[in-house]
Amino acid sequence: MAAEASKIDALGQFELTTWFGGVGRVVNFTNSNFMMMLGGGLVLALLYYGMRPRAVVPGRLQAAAEISYTALMDMSVGSIGPEGRRFFPFVFTLFFFVLMGNLLGLLPYSFTYTSHIAVTFGLALLVIVVVTAVALKIHGLHFFSYFFPPGAPKALAPLIIPIEIISYLSRPVSLSIRLFANMVAGHVMFEVFATFVVLLAGAGILGTAVGILPMAINVVLVGFELLVAALQAYVFAILTCIYLHDAVHLH
Amino acid sequence: MSGDKDGSLEARLRAAEVKKAGPAPAGSGTTGPMGIGARVGVELLSALVVGLAIGWALDWWLGTKPWLLALFVLLGGGAGVANVWRLMIPRKR
Repeated sequence: MAAEASKIDALGQFELTTWFGGVGRVVNFTNSNFMMMLGGGLVLALLYYGMRPRAVVPGRLQAAAEISYTALMDMSVGSIGPEGRRFFPFVFTLFFFVLMGNLLGLLPYSFTYTSHIAVTFGLALLVIVVVTAVALKIHGLHFFSYFFPPGAPKALAPLIIPIEIISYLSRPVSLSIRLFANMVAGHVMFEVFATFVVLLAGAGILGTAVGILPMAINVVLVGFELLVAALQAYVFAILTCIYLHDAVHLH
Repeated sequence: MSGDKDGSLEARLRAAEVKKAGPAPAGSGTTGPMGIGARVGVELLSALVVGLAIGWALDWWLGTKPWLLALFVLLGGGAGVANVWRLMIPRKR
C-alpha cells in the first residue's frame, strides 16, 4: 500500500469503470454514463421542482431556475439575434450538460465526463453539424459563399478557400480541445498536489508542517476550478451561439 | 414625475432598439492575458491539426505521399492565423 501511495497517479482518475455488475459490463454502462444521467436528472429536477411553486415572488430554487432560463435566453437572443429564440433549447441543453459535467466532477469520488475528448468532441461535432444544417436550410447553396469573403481578390481564391474551409473545420476541434484540456489540467493539478500532501505527511513532523503548503494550494484550486467549470460551460455555449449567428446571418 | 417615467421608457425603448438592430459584439468569453493566450494557442493548434489530418488523408487516398501533407500543414497554419485574426479584430457591422 505504501509503495502504491508514494507514486503520483494523476491519470487514474480518468479511467472508465463499468457499473452495476454484469448488466453494466454487457451494455458498457460506465461511471461516465452514470454521471451524465445524474447531471441531466439534476437539471430536470432543478427546472421541475424549481418552477412547481409558480410563486410571484420566487423562492431560492425558483429564482435559480428563472435566472438560468433568462440568462441563457439573453445569451442566445443577444448573440444570435431575434432568431436566437429558436435555438434557445439547444444552447440551454448544451450549457447545462457541460456545466453539470464540470461541477459534478469537482465532488470527491465522482467522475468528470467532460474530461474525455470523446465526450467533448462528440458535443462539438453535434454543434457543427447543427450549425451547418441550419446554414444550409436558411441559405441553401448560397452557404458555400461563406468560404469566400466578398471583396477578396479573385486571384487569391485557390488560397483563401482552402484556408476558410480548414478554419471552419477547426471549430469543433478547438471547441472540444478547450473544454477537455481545461478539465484535465485542473483535475491533474488536484491529484498532484494532493499526492504531495500525502508524501510529505509521511516524512515526519517537518514534512507534515511543509505539507500544509500543497494543501493550501488545493484549497485555492477548488475555488479556481469552480470558476473554470462555470466559465468553460459559458464559453462552450457562447461559441455555439456565435457559430449559430454566423450560420443565420452568413458573413 | 410622469416625465421621469417617460424618460425611463424612452431609455428602455432605445435599449430594445439597439438590441434588435444587431447582436452584441461576440465576446471571447475568457478574460485576462492568460485566457487570451490559451484561446490563441488552441485556435492555432486546432487549425494545424485539421490541416494535418486533411493533408494526411488526401495523401493516403491519392498516393502522393509527402506533398499534400506539406501543403495542407501550411494551409492549416494559415487558417490558424486567420482564426486568431478573427478572434482579435471584432467583426465589422
